[in-house]
Amino acid sequence: MENAIIKIRGLVKDYPMGVTYFRALKGINLDVQQGEFTGLVGPSGSGKTTLLNIIGALDNPTQGEVEVLGYQVDKLNHKQAARLRNENLGFIFQTYNLLPVYNVYENVEFPLLLLKKSADERKEAVIQALEWVGLMDKIKSRPAQLSGGECQRVAIARAMVKNPRIVLADEPTANLDAANSHHILQTMVKLNQELRTTFLFATHDDKVISYLRRAITLRDGMIAEDKIIQTT
Amino acid sequence: MVILKLAFRNITHAGLRTWLNVFILSFAFVLIIWVQGLYEGMQRQVIRDMQAIEVGGGQFWQRNYDPYDPLTLDDAHAALSSELQHLVQNGNATLVLIVPAAIFPEGRVQSVILRGIDPNQKIVSLPSQELTNKVSPGVIPAVIGSRMAKSANLAKDEIVTVRWRDANGVFDAAEIQIVAIFNTHIQTVDVSQIWVPLQRLQEMVHMPGEATYVILKQGLNNIPPGSPDWIYRDYDFLFADINNIVKSKRAGSSIFFIILMAMALLAVFDTQVLAIFRRRKEMGTLMALGMTRRWVISLFTLEGSLQGLLAILVGAVYGIPFLAFQTKVGISMPQAVEQGGFNLGATLYPVYSFKLFLLTTLFLFISVVIVSFLPTRRISKLKPTDALRGKTT
Repeated sequence: MENAIIKIRGLVKDYPMGVTYFRALKGINLDVQQGEFTGLVGPSGSGKTTLLNIIGALDNPTQGEVEVLGYQVDKLNHKQAARLRNENLGFIFQTYNLLPVYNVYENVEFPLLLLKKSADERKEAVIQALEWVGLMDKIKSRPAQLSGGECQRVAIARAMVKNPRIVLADEPTANLDAANSHHILQTMVKLNQELRTTFLFATHDDKVISYLRRAITLRDGMIAEDKIIQTT
Repeated sequence: MVILKLAFRNITHAGLRTWLNVFILSFAFVLIIWVQGLYEGMQRQVIRDMQAIEVGGGQFWQRNYDPYDPLTLDDAHAALSSELQHLVQNGNATLVLIVPAAIFPEGRVQSVILRGIDPNQKIVSLPSQELTNKVSPGVIPAVIGSRMAKSANLAKDEIVTVRWRDANGVFDAAEIQIVAIFNTHIQTVDVSQIWVPLQRLQEMVHMPGEATYVILKQGLNNIPPGSPDWIYRDYDFLFADINNIVKSKRAGSSIFFIILMAMALLAVFDTQVLAIFRRRKEMGTLMALGMTRRWVISLFTLEGSLQGLLAILVGAVYGIPFLAFQTKVGISMPQAVEQGGFNLGATLYPVYSFKLFLLTTLFLFISVVIVSFLPTRRISKLKPTDALRGKTT
């Protein structure tokens, strides 16, 4: 596990609840290797999203060490955390979180603007990302004009456009029907295989679980099971 | 540059909400400039008219002269100093002698001021040359303003008795004939004033060569120093009343501006507060995509500020033609304006200076930046995870 891109040791996360607190994560130890297609699975309230948020430098651990791509997430300040997310991480959310005033092209282009890529670089990368997800015909559409599946494909394109090392996906299929879910997941598998991008899901959707190569089951803030799934 | 591009995209894509704010801001912007331009025009017009008709290029006053104290007038006369005599002889100044008097129109008595002026003077644009018109022997030609004519019920060619007291304190009387009635915006040369030939007045009151004040030609260089008897009064002194009136009117109108600006800025503030409330999820997304909180604050502040900038541009689009038209055509002033403390012409021409544009633009823009920034301070406390869930921290 020396080459793990995510290393977590003794991770504890508490949320204040009035005068007391709620312990969402209770001493998590975890390693994730480059190119994995891994899911944090478990029922609601098991700590999947909390763990994903801490790995994504969106939240801070209460105790323990979290190292992502060599960065000690627990020691990063806001600026450094933003830089880590900007340069290395892609996020896919359950509710897509597309920017409503932008069209498909602009939404996908957005992370590249933050990375200050040139116009030519942006154009090339955005078109490639939209080709991956098969949305070239919707390039000028606004999110409100797209179906849920299309929105999530835009979100995947946005997460992938900067070619991140890790993509963190929080319940990516929760709002999608079965056909769209499979389409989305197949797209992610393809990207994972072609680009060696590490995918880490938080999910309790069986459709997603069926695509995973590693399933880490969380229960009451602890890892109950860590299972490698052999695929044919 | 990236953040500017994003902010511009956001506000242009926001549609009606942006344009409503932009319109109300631009309206406030144009209105402030318009009203300020009116006051500027008003001040300049009054000063210009006063220079032309009364003040000239400045005045020398006999040391006892105080126009606000009629009791000083009996003693407010003296022979000119040699420097002032030199100016008058060279056509660079003209003198005026003031004598309190009374007239008896239609059997009534009315206090007036007799003002002696050289009929051939060219220093101020009073119709003094009318004083050379032929009148009956023994009658004194007189010119009055339309307000004086109205208050005394005097018409052209009418004759009225005037009584005065000479330098020795002896009362005397004669008849004056109104040879001309002139119109002017300047009340101080009109109301209760009767203009007569200077030399004739000096003879009447036994004050040969004496005057109460001396009016200098406009643009005159090398103004001689004052003397114990003659004190120089510059524009700052002579226009102090007018400047104070305009200043107080500007101050009064500032309440109107404050209300107008407050309404416009409230719209921006409200939009910002609403945006921060409604767009929390978007903020979370922006942070997840790699924006720092500072960037998000800057983005939202810039979005609000750009509305100010757009308002200035939109205001310029319809404001510049409107203001240019007003400058050219002017604004008809109702008669009631006479009650306002000073008189204006029938048409007021606003004056819009570059300084006025610059200061108003800066004022508006800075105000918009401040009200855009204030609500965004909440973002600095926002946790990305809460924002992504649509919660405020």
